[in-house]
Amino acid sequence: MKTRTLLLSALLSTSALAADADIWIRLPGHAAFASVLRWEDQADGVKVAPFELMRTPISNGDFLRFVLHDPAWQRGRVPAVFAESRYLEHWHGPVQLGPGVRGTQPVTRVSWFAADAYCRAQGARLPTWAEWEYAAAADAEREDARSDPAWREAILAWYSRPSNTPLPDIAQGTATVHGIHDLNGLVWEWVEDHAAMLVSADNREQGDPDVMQFCGAGALSTDDRENYAVLMRIAMLSSLQAADVTGNLGFRCARSIEGARP
Amino acid sequence: MSLRMLFALAALCLGGALHGADNTPLPGDSLYHLDVTLTDQDGRDFPLASLRGKPVLVAMFYTSCRYICPLIIDSARGVEHALDASERDGLRIVLVSIDPDRDDVAALKRISDRRRLDTGRWSLVRTDAASVRRLAAALGVRYRALADGEFNHTSELVLLDADGRRRASSEASGPVPVESFLQATRALLNASRNDPPGD
Repeated sequence: MKTRTLLLSALLSTSALAADADIWIRLPGHAAFASVLRWEDQADGVKVAPFELMRTPISNGDFLRFVLHDPAWQRGRVPAVFAESRYLEHWHGPVQLGPGVRGTQPVTRVSWFAADAYCRAQGARLPTWAEWEYAAAADAEREDARSDPAWREAILAWYSRPSNTPLPDIAQGTATVHGIHDLNGLVWEWVEDHAAMLVSADNREQGDPDVMQFCGAGALSTDDRENYAVLMRIAMLSSLQAADVTGNLGFRCARSIEGARP
Repeated sequence: MSLRMLFALAALCLGGALHGADNTPLPGDSLYHLDVTLTDQDGRDFPLASLRGKPVLVAMFYTSCRYICPLIIDSARGVEHALDASERDGLRIVLVSIDPDRDDVAALKRISDRRRLDTGRWSLVRTDAASVRRLAAALGVRYRALADGEFNHTSELVLLDADGRRRASSEASGPVPVESFLQATRALLNASRNDPPGD
């Protein structure tokens, strides 16, 4: 058992070292990124400090190595508070992908807690929504392709693809100008602050237990009606609980750069 | 086996019966699966899971908040005051800061003193930023840091049972508790008292 653990961690650390440059891409960030979420307190745009983002989403193979290393995250062992019952249910077994599930496909049916634990185990974290949206605004030629109707059409065409077809492998399409794959067109991805995006307009009324109440100011407006492709993603992520899983929701990790300023 | 060992064994068994809940596996939906270390207003560190054994009222707040956060303390205090003395003794109240950058132990202590909280029952605590995010996710509290250092956040009081399972919640309502939430708290406290964990 001990030898196996040792071997496994040796294996994990060598592959991590060898492939570091393949895994992480440094993004320059933005002093005033125009998020689709126009927060009252950030009317001039969101500051996105330079950061590192994974080149591709986490694959089934990556996640299998993780649950072998940390059995607490195996299907059947993970407590319900961290992942609902459909967690990794498409795998053949707790540590077996099985027929029809490729190691090169993006992992899905993982909860926010599991994604968060995976990233922390890599010394990383989930990207924030602002970081993700900024990275995903790029296409192969432009840092911000969002005003191009063709860019929007491509995303909407992806949304309309039936979800009962098997997921393609990661990194099959064209990378963005930053060198990042699959931000659009493959799976949806968890972000660190998925629960914080649609905290509704400030509401200090008392008495109604069904109305979400907030401290401080900071209303949200979404004045970019054209960009409902991105708004749909925000609505979907916001509607989820952190223990939820879905068949087309995966994740990738991000890392802060010490001392980096937008 | 010596008599002394027998005594020790008997004491162990008795202890096991009294604190049975601490030895049995946590239920799957318990928040105490979260590996989070909290630091209270007196600088004491303790694992979240060490709250196991008594019902706990949990909420998230931050000390520099001017509007809802004082109301969160008022609300927890409202529940506390509505209970009778024996019920009150069975309850812990834990307020977790969502602002670990600014809420150090001294800031927590300041609020605890200013609001004259009974620290035998109340703990104002801080933890690291990643743990705040995980704890908020488990509690269902939503928050967002604003550009000016304030926060937008929901102001929920959550009632956890002795095993850390979520039993009821209520939006902060001020000094007069929401009746259904008070009843749920009372029922849980009386049940825990009559049926200690592990029996």
